[in-house]
Amino acid sequence: MHKLKLWLTVAVLCVVAGVAAGCGRSVADQDALAHAKKTNTIVWGVKADTRLFGLMNTKTGKIQGFEVDMANALTKQVLGKSAKATLVQVTSDTRVPMLKGGNLDAVIATMTITPERQKVLDFTDSYFKAGQSLLVKKGSKIKSIKDLTAGTKVIGVQGSNSVDNVKKAAPATTVLQLADYAQAFTALKSGQGDALSTDNGILYGMSQQDPDYVVVGGTFTKEPYGIALNKGQTNLRKALNKALQELRADGTYEKLINKWFSDIPGFDIKEVA
Amino acid sequence: MLSILTNNYGTLMSGLGYTLLSSLIALVFSLIIGTVFALMEISPHKWLRVIGKLYVEVIRNIPLLIITMGFYVIVPKYLLPVDGFTAGTIGLTIYTSAFIAETVRAGIQSVAVGQMEGARSVGLTYTQAMSQIVFPQAIKIVIPPLGNQFINLVKNSSILAFVAGFDLMYQGKIIANATFNTFDTYLVVGLLYLILTMPLSYLMRHLEKKWVTA
Amino acid sequence: MQSFIDAYSQVNLHYLLEGLWVTVEVSVTSILFSFLIGTLLGIARYINVRIFSAAVGFVIDLIRNLPLLLILFFTYFALPNIGIRLGVIPASIVAMTIFESAMLAEIVRSGINAVPVGQMEAARSNGLSYVQAMVHIILPQAFKAMIPPIVSQFISLVKDTSLATIILLPELTYHAQIIYGQDVNYTIPMFVALAVLYFVVNYALSLGARLINRRLNHA
Repeated sequence: MHKLKLWLTVAVLCVVAGVAAGCGRSVADQDALAHAKKTNTIVWGVKADTRLFGLMNTKTGKIQGFEVDMANALTKQVLGKSAKATLVQVTSDTRVPMLKGGNLDAVIATMTITPERQKVLDFTDSYFKAGQSLLVKKGSKIKSIKDLTAGTKVIGVQGSNSVDNVKKAAPATTVLQLADYAQAFTALKSGQGDALSTDNGILYGMSQQDPDYVVVGGTFTKEPYGIALNKGQTNLRKALNKALQELRADGTYEKLINKWFSDIPGFDIKEVA
Repeated sequence: MLSILTNNYGTLMSGLGYTLLSSLIALVFSLIIGTVFALMEISPHKWLRVIGKLYVEVIRNIPLLIITMGFYVIVPKYLLPVDGFTAGTIGLTIYTSAFIAETVRAGIQSVAVGQMEGARSVGLTYTQAMSQIVFPQAIKIVIPPLGNQFINLVKNSSILAFVAGFDLMYQGKIIANATFNTFDTYLVVGLLYLILTMPLSYLMRHLEKKWVTA
Repeated sequence: MQSFIDAYSQVNLHYLLEGLWVTVEVSVTSILFSFLIGTLLGIARYINVRIFSAAVGFVIDLIRNLPLLLILFFTYFALPNIGIRLGVIPASIVAMTIFESAMLAEIVRSGINAVPVGQMEAARSNGLSYVQAMVHIILPQAFKAMIPPIVSQFISLVKDTSLATIILLPELTYHAQIIYGQDVNYTIPMFVALAVLYFVVNYALSLGARLINRRLNHA
């Protein structure tokens, strides 16, 4: 009996000690740039469910999109040609907790620079100027944000500021928040809502996939996308801003924008760059 | 942590309300459906037994998330419009009913076979013997495991968060996203779930002890 | 119908099976850890050391009464705030293990309770120590009775891994979501595939359990 008691006490103490040992200083507070140089990689949070920006290719198991290409180009620009970007999948729902938890160095995942977010995160300069719009079934009576009156339902994605924007622009409508864009689009197609609202770039990606659904009403907000970093990561922010300017200057940026967005009908490349 | 609770009190309480509502609706219907399928499983008719067994085995072995998403995505497309709350509650009902069917079947079968035979030999029909002799005894046996199913049901109702069902977990996720204060938010949400489930859990333990000794 | 044929392309099926493998990996690892921890906790609760057992019992009750979804959120999103950082797969395994250990602890406790007290007394009077009696006499008998509830717990575990899609664990359900994210017409075929795959795995498990049970009861 005594032996068992002793043994159990030891076991419990081991678990407690193990947990306590894990509670060190948060990685989120360490200098991310210095760490990136040491490991020769930057850990990026990217979307895996968003056509044109970051979409998983099931054949190759690789994520493809404008933001993925940008992450690769920026990593090489900051750390040198031999460096590689490490890509971690995030959703609108998971990107902030993961960044703050130190799982990621930077997030390049269709994330708008907003004052609320700037209170808890740092952003680089904008790399894409999106605007929020609406996606509806072809022939829908909803033509613009003004048609979202009482009794209509709009689908959005959890953790994205587009939900708040809809609430401001059309207070009477009901907003349903789903976990990611794939589920949101599936819900729209199942008739769970009358429109899906988020940034136009993402909506054009959906419309490209299913032409029965169209983007209507133009943009009703300005959504400059920035790369999100943990507060206080000034070195990494400066390095990324410099790299962004260099990529714009040497034509890489324009090449990537054209690669992903030049074939999209109704989409104005000059507006976003 | 307190600020999360005070600043979002209304939202959290409405979430708690939806969680409770969904759980209660699902409880009532899954009890009815579960009992029906349990009776089918032990019915003297072969094809009723097959249907009952099939339903229970299929539903029990598929994740709740798949059943719920099926109702959220497929049913409105082809049959009739159901919103997230309804789809979640239907999914919850069907999933739980399979477990309740198993519990009730085991309860009925644990009532000695002699009881049924005795009742039949004094001239009662199968239905009369079942409803007046066997069933009342079985209920006493199945109450504790049914209580556990109800606790599971309350916890499983967090599935509504996947289909925008306005429940406690859904509101918790939204608050976590809005405040960026993930830790405290989930702590508060966890406490609210415990307020629902802990008393139930202790009540069940109490009943179990009382009935085992009785 | 065409969408079904397209959806079940070789590439997509392969991708689904990749997800299924992660589901199995996470489930098996979690059940092994939970079995160890759950047994220890179950014994701790059973032996009734005043404050210790009561404290263990309280923690078990807390965990059993929380939604697994919440425990998943907590291990992945909240723990990093206090410096514990885990990847998706370890985080899923930790969350599952915390939850399942509490469930298994209860199964173990009632399993031990079901072994008649006389067994322990007889073993002790034959000169075995408490630990020896527990390990050689009581636990083997208790485990035999525990197999069916443990297997149904394992089946729940396999199903519950689907909840970890919320933290992007690349398991079966998440892979299906990625596939229908590419083409929304694949949504329904993917749900059908998911239902079938989960059913096959879990039904095989419960059949296996029935077989083992029959063997043990004959022996």
